[in-house]
Amino acid sequence: MTANTQKKSRALNLLLIGVLFTWMTLAAFPFLWTLWGSFKVEGDFFSKANWANALTGPLTLKESGGLFTGAGYHGAWIKEAFGIAAINTMIVCVFVVTISLTFGTLGGYALSRSTFRYAFWFLIIALIFRAMPPITLVSGYLPVFFDWNLWGKLPTAIIVLVAINQPFTLWMLHSFFKNIPKDLDESAMVDGCNRFQAFRHVIVPVMWPGVITTGLFSFLLAYNDFAVTAMILSKENQTMIPKISSFLGSTQTKGNVMFAVAAVVSATAPLFVMVLFFQRQIVSGLTAGAVKG
Amino acid sequence: MKHKTFFWFVLPSSLAMLLFIFFPIVSVLIQSVHVDTEQVIKEVTNCGPFGCETISSIDQEATQALKQDNPLGRFAGFTTYLDRRHLAIGEISTAWRSNNGMGDFFKQLMNLPFYKALSFTLAYTFIVTPLVILFGFVIAVAVNSAVKWVRGPLIFFSLLPMLVTPLVGALILFWMVDARGVVGAALQYLADDPNLSVKASTPLTWVMLMVYGVWHSAPFAFIVYYAGLQSVNKETLEAAMIDGASRWEQIRYVIIPHLLPLTTFIALMQLMDNFRVFEPIVSFSAEAHATSLSWAIYNDLGGETRQLSSAAATSVLTILGICILLLPVLVRTWRDFSRK
Repeated sequence: MTANTQKKSRALNLLLIGVLFTWMTLAAFPFLWTLWGSFKVEGDFFSKANWANALTGPLTLKESGGLFTGAGYHGAWIKEAFGIAAINTMIVCVFVVTISLTFGTLGGYALSRSTFRYAFWFLIIALIFRAMPPITLVSGYLPVFFDWNLWGKLPTAIIVLVAINQPFTLWMLHSFFKNIPKDLDESAMVDGCNRFQAFRHVIVPVMWPGVITTGLFSFLLAYNDFAVTAMILSKENQTMIPKISSFLGSTQTKGNVMFAVAAVVSATAPLFVMVLFFQRQIVSGLTAGAVKG
Repeated sequence: MKHKTFFWFVLPSSLAMLLFIFFPIVSVLIQSVHVDTEQVIKEVTNCGPFGCETISSIDQEATQALKQDNPLGRFAGFTTYLDRRHLAIGEISTAWRSNNGMGDFFKQLMNLPFYKALSFTLAYTFIVTPLVILFGFVIAVAVNSAVKWVRGPLIFFSLLPMLVTPLVGALILFWMVDARGVVGAALQYLADDPNLSVKASTPLTWVMLMVYGVWHSAPFAFIVYYAGLQSVNKETLEAAMIDGASRWEQIRYVIIPHLLPLTTFIALMQLMDNFRVFEPIVSFSAEAHATSLSWAIYNDLGGETRQLSSAAATSVLTILGICILLLPVLVRTWRDFSRK
């Protein structure tokens, strides 16, 4: 924009480059540092003698014979069975995303097409639900889940996460459907479709960009959740994030902190890949809510 | 859309929210005014060669039976809300009457779990939110002035701190600021104090948690502002330039007014998200120095004894807090809607 229309002074250019450089370091360095450090032993990653040991790794060389060691990963994935947690996370994410989107597209479509006042109130109530910290609901779940023997099971966590996800999904999809012209489904209804058929044959084929974006955020919510999953999943059914936090509590013995470091890197990797492939959709999703109010 | 069709379309979604958001809120409300049933104490007299002694012990059977009859426990009114772990009315009035100056009063206040959590939550919310908006704006302006081909990679790396799991992101930073980590070592060098430990100091822990908060959320503000900058009216900008507006004046009178509605949106989202601050406290194991309302609930629910009533009371107070926070927005939305 301004780059072409106005010459910038040298000082300003330097300032802008300085800001960008600082921000890039702040944003990327912690991840690279941890990735590098996860292949070292604890004595190097948390070095009392010299911070540079984490880079050069003298203890890693002495203890494992190489410059890099997979001991942290071995410990996390093999000894502590992080793989089971990863599978649990996958199951939870797949189901939460599918169910959230199914419920959300139906609801969001109806909310975008209804002109009555209750549709507005529905959205406002959803906004209030969205604002509440999920953990405030947990003490409401626990007694019932214990009584009905639902506590600790994956399906319970899935349906709870779907419900917590609904307000956001509804808002997002509602604003996407608002952008699809009304004439499209209304002309289908003039041709004799009922509302559901119009939705099925006219709206569904054109809704995918919005649905994919919303799906990404539903996935993030399910993947990143700690407060709810830590409380309502039993130890065997734990997903990755509560599992990582349980590493911290129980494994204070030497070397085991590296299990947590390796697990943290393993849990970040899928997100990295996701951003790599879906950067455009994520950006459009973040701005969708803002631009349309 | 007809009422009936609308009903069927929103049914699955509203059923999920009704069952797993609305009913739990009701259940939390009810739990917060009940406490566990009292344990039935029975006295048993044991007579041995050295005389008789009376031992009181818990009558498990009777207690169980009582629990069966009253699954909610016994009605306690607002006692849970007023006790030491929550609003602590008694402790506050004592502290108010017997304090040595305001400083001492606040010190006593900060020893009460609820006020400790509340003060950090509010400080975090109201310090992090403006900083996020400020840094997001600065980064957006900087990225927007960069050459086109670097913007993609810049956005990619900017997204990472926001999208990474909060617990994981906070852990990554925590390990770095550890006294044996790279940032910790740098701080020790800068402060010229080899024993400096961020973990051991309350003010530094607060700062660290807030730095994490800004690091985590600034990308969100950045992306929203960046998208906003793409849609600035170029003609207005050119007109301003022809009229002799300096670069700063262009930002002040053209760009900032254009971005103002976005700021409201970012502020709203950030207030909601920062008020629930929780994971970084777990990651930093910062509970000795800083707790939040969400953490207080988590702490009550975890462990061997699940203190449901106490957690429920804190939950209700938290929900009230978020409602107060949202009230201005709701009132405004309502006015906008009524005008339409």
